[in-house]
Amino acid sequence: MLSFIARRLGLLIPTFFGVTLLTFALIRLIPGDPVEVMMGERRVDPEMHAEAMHRLGLDKPLPAQYLDYITKLAQGDLGESLRTREGVWEEFLTLFPATLELSLAALLFAGTLGVIAGVIAALKRGSLFDHGVMGVSLAGYSMPIFWWGLLLIMFFSVYLGWTPVSGRIDLLYDIEPKTGFMLIDTLLSEEEGAFKDALMHLILPAIVLGTIPLAVIARMTRSAMLEVLREDYIRTARAKGLSPARVVFVHGLRNALIPVLTVFGLQVGTLLAGAVLTETIFSWPGIGKWLIEAIGARDYPVVQNGILLIACLVILVNFVVDILYGLVNPRIRHQR
Amino acid sequence: MTQSNAVPAADQALLYPSPLKEFWQAFAHNKGAVGGLLFMLVIVFCALFAPWVAPFDPSEQFRDALLTPPSWLEGGQARFPLGTDELGRDLLSRLIHGARLSLMIGLASVLMSLIPGILMGLVAGFFPRLLGPSIMRLMDIMLALPSLLLAVAIVAILGPGLINTVIAIAIVSLPSYVRLTRAAVMGELGRDYVTAARLAGAGLPRLMFITVLPNCMAPLIVQATLSFSSAILDAAALGFLGLGVQPPTPEWGTMLASARDYIERAWWVVSLPGLTILLSVLAINLMGDGLRDALDPKLKNAQ
Amino acid sequence: MSLLDIRNLSVRFGAPDAIPVVDGLDLSVDKGEVLAIVGESGSGKSVTMMALMGLIDAPGIVRADSLRFDGHDMLTLKGRQRRKVVGKDLAMVFQDPMTALNPSYTVGFQIEEVLRQHLGIKGKAARVRALQLLERVEIPGAASRLDAYPHQLSGGMSQRVAIAMAIAAEPKLLIADEPTTALDVTIQAQIMDLLLDLQRSEGMGLVLITHDLAVVAETAQHVCVMYAGQAVEIGSVPTLFDAPTHPYTEALLKAIPEHSLGAERLATLPGIVPGRYDRPVGCLLSPRCPYAQPHCREQRPALEPHVRGAVRCFYPLNLTAEVA
Repeated sequence: MLSFIARRLGLLIPTFFGVTLLTFALIRLIPGDPVEVMMGERRVDPEMHAEAMHRLGLDKPLPAQYLDYITKLAQGDLGESLRTREGVWEEFLTLFPATLELSLAALLFAGTLGVIAGVIAALKRGSLFDHGVMGVSLAGYSMPIFWWGLLLIMFFSVYLGWTPVSGRIDLLYDIEPKTGFMLIDTLLSEEEGAFKDALMHLILPAIVLGTIPLAVIARMTRSAMLEVLREDYIRTARAKGLSPARVVFVHGLRNALIPVLTVFGLQVGTLLAGAVLTETIFSWPGIGKWLIEAIGARDYPVVQNGILLIACLVILVNFVVDILYGLVNPRIRHQR
Repeated sequence: MTQSNAVPAADQALLYPSPLKEFWQAFAHNKGAVGGLLFMLVIVFCALFAPWVAPFDPSEQFRDALLTPPSWLEGGQARFPLGTDELGRDLLSRLIHGARLSLMIGLASVLMSLIPGILMGLVAGFFPRLLGPSIMRLMDIMLALPSLLLAVAIVAILGPGLINTVIAIAIVSLPSYVRLTRAAVMGELGRDYVTAARLAGAGLPRLMFITVLPNCMAPLIVQATLSFSSAILDAAALGFLGLGVQPPTPEWGTMLASARDYIERAWWVVSLPGLTILLSVLAINLMGDGLRDALDPKLKNAQ
Repeated sequence: MSLLDIRNLSVRFGAPDAIPVVDGLDLSVDKGEVLAIVGESGSGKSVTMMALMGLIDAPGIVRADSLRFDGHDMLTLKGRQRRKVVGKDLAMVFQDPMTALNPSYTVGFQIEEVLRQHLGIKGKAARVRALQLLERVEIPGAASRLDAYPHQLSGGMSQRVAIAMAIAAEPKLLIADEPTTALDVTIQAQIMDLLLDLQRSEGMGLVLITHDLAVVAETAQHVCVMYAGQAVEIGSVPTLFDAPTHPYTEALLKAIPEHSLGAERLATLPGIVPGRYDRPVGCLLSPRCPYAQPHCREQRPALEPHVRGAVRCFYPLNLTAEVA
């Protein structure tokens, strides 16, 4: 198992350097003069211009600039935001738990519902339920989620008045961010009603963000389950006199989950991209909203290293999924 | 199962359907795909003849009729079938002109990624030692970023706008074409007909484009369809984020973004553009499913 | 009373009037008896036993006058009651061991599962028992194999595990569906010996589905020869080998290499088993039968008992032969 992890880790390093190259290039590719763009004004005084070029290290040859960039990254220096003068890394750390909480809630929603719907659809293949699941999941897969979010707000928040429209918690509550997860922090704060309020704030964004993964997971579970149920070892399990539930869940689902898990991993990318949209719709203070605002404000250090951090996150999650994949699938683990 | 012995064996050779007919039969077998095709034909018709189909100019403002509800609702006016937006522009006309824009973005970005994608994939497949690995690593890196985020990053550099939206989406969908083409090429290169062509003295360009490429087209066509739909979706998302096509151009996503403020008063300005996006994307995805079933013999009989 | 008693079993797939894969089959197995079912691929051997185990799903249709096992009516037995019999008193070993074991679980888990389900043995006791079972099926280094995954085992080893799983709950009847076909020739004899050894020491009934007549001659007490879903001859060993009464049995025997020593080439039966659309009107074997008469092509013979067994032929062979 350790050598398996080491092998996967080895594959990670070139990808990481590739991504740094990409984000490095990002800033250099901005059309026009970088200093003018960053200062947001035209015709900068030549002396100041040269000084800025030097301060930013832009007067050196490109390989040296890249080396500077990598060295700074290695030292944990991700630069600071032009707007807030705060470190990019610190800003990321404060905002990331919000995105993580939202993403986990979305995955929980998509994973449980998707697997259950997929399994039932496979077991009742050709039934009305099966057709329903497939139809809904195709629609979910084609869903513009920014519109879906607006629709849900329109119905649940505006029309029914059940859920709040935006943010993570009502302004009435003053919650100390201990873990960064609003659900946990509200529980710790012992403020009455705070947990419920946080939960109500979370539900709609989580559903919106989970919609596409839900559709993909339901489809994948169904087809994987159909395939697994035809396998010989399912017949063996039945011949052992095991209960249908045990045959389906212990012997069937376990094997069907292997491809589903891969898809699950691929959905993390979708999820982070979706988080950009979802957080914008629901004013959810996470890294997606942060990034879009930074782009709007031409806050290039945040844009550059925010993207780098998100890319690393995706790479990291895919790595973890790879390891998990090895855990559920013994055949992969033992490959040379 | 029909009884095949009803037809004399000698006549069967004459009954081979043309590839086009065979394809159509397989495609028409999938009802969802045909439905998607019909819907898309309507959209394409609207897009092509937008100035004649649309009742009004998309930017014409009727100051006396701001946020008019659709005609079937109380307060609706017959001249605005789907109502008007916050500036009194006819929603139906804007949607019809928006179709033009969305299809154009989709088509342009597919072409802009398909052609370089195929070329790079062919090169990567034909030179598995020299150029292949470096091209594939580059694609891996591009895939490390979720497509919408990469598009956002590209637009962040290039600045918002129609052309930059197309460029960003084209770049984002490049890796899938490269990977697909390369995989297909690698699969075909080992086949005997390629060896035969080599022995017959076919040069590299002929080998690439005449011998191998046609046999790799099926998955590429399917992928092109699917990335057409995701192009429309991504373009709308960029528009919604304010990074895509800028107002007052009637782009579906941009329309949604400006409609957000009227969510409590005018459901139609929010619902209708999104519904149009959903239906178009759904229709294209249904077509894509049908195409895959009809074109890809490997997947044809799976399930 | 016999352990297993099948009367007029038929299995169809699809429409109720579809051509049966198994057609009017009668079988019986006594306690501790070895019955061999012999026939070409597609003759309905496996389907018969799958029907008994309750492994035929819709659109398959199973019908029988009687399908009794150990006092249970297996046709009507449902759910929990059936599961108390299947896997416990009635167990099955399948053809391809490489796909018959679940790739996600260890060998030990898959054996212990049976012990827990049918004998209520759990935890440590189950592990000890599983180890004993692995030793019983002669797996070298049994203790280390408990935690192995199926893909780490060879075919022969997997089949031993499958056998250990099947005998875990001490069944009264074990069905072995071509247990050696998927294995290397060198392993085949070992697995066969193991099965017979187990059968004798545990006193189980054994139904051996095979197309290897040489194996049958050495192991079985009774034989049922199947052709195109029907039993064509039922008899006992060794008389059936000395004096086959059905032309098909005779052809099968002639095709055994040992029987044709000295002959220039191995005897074969021309043609193939009839499929869905080319079933003859008369005797199903008639297009391939060297003894076929015009009468054979017009009418189907019934399975008729005779002194030494039963045969489905208008013109049985060797009926009057002197058999020791």
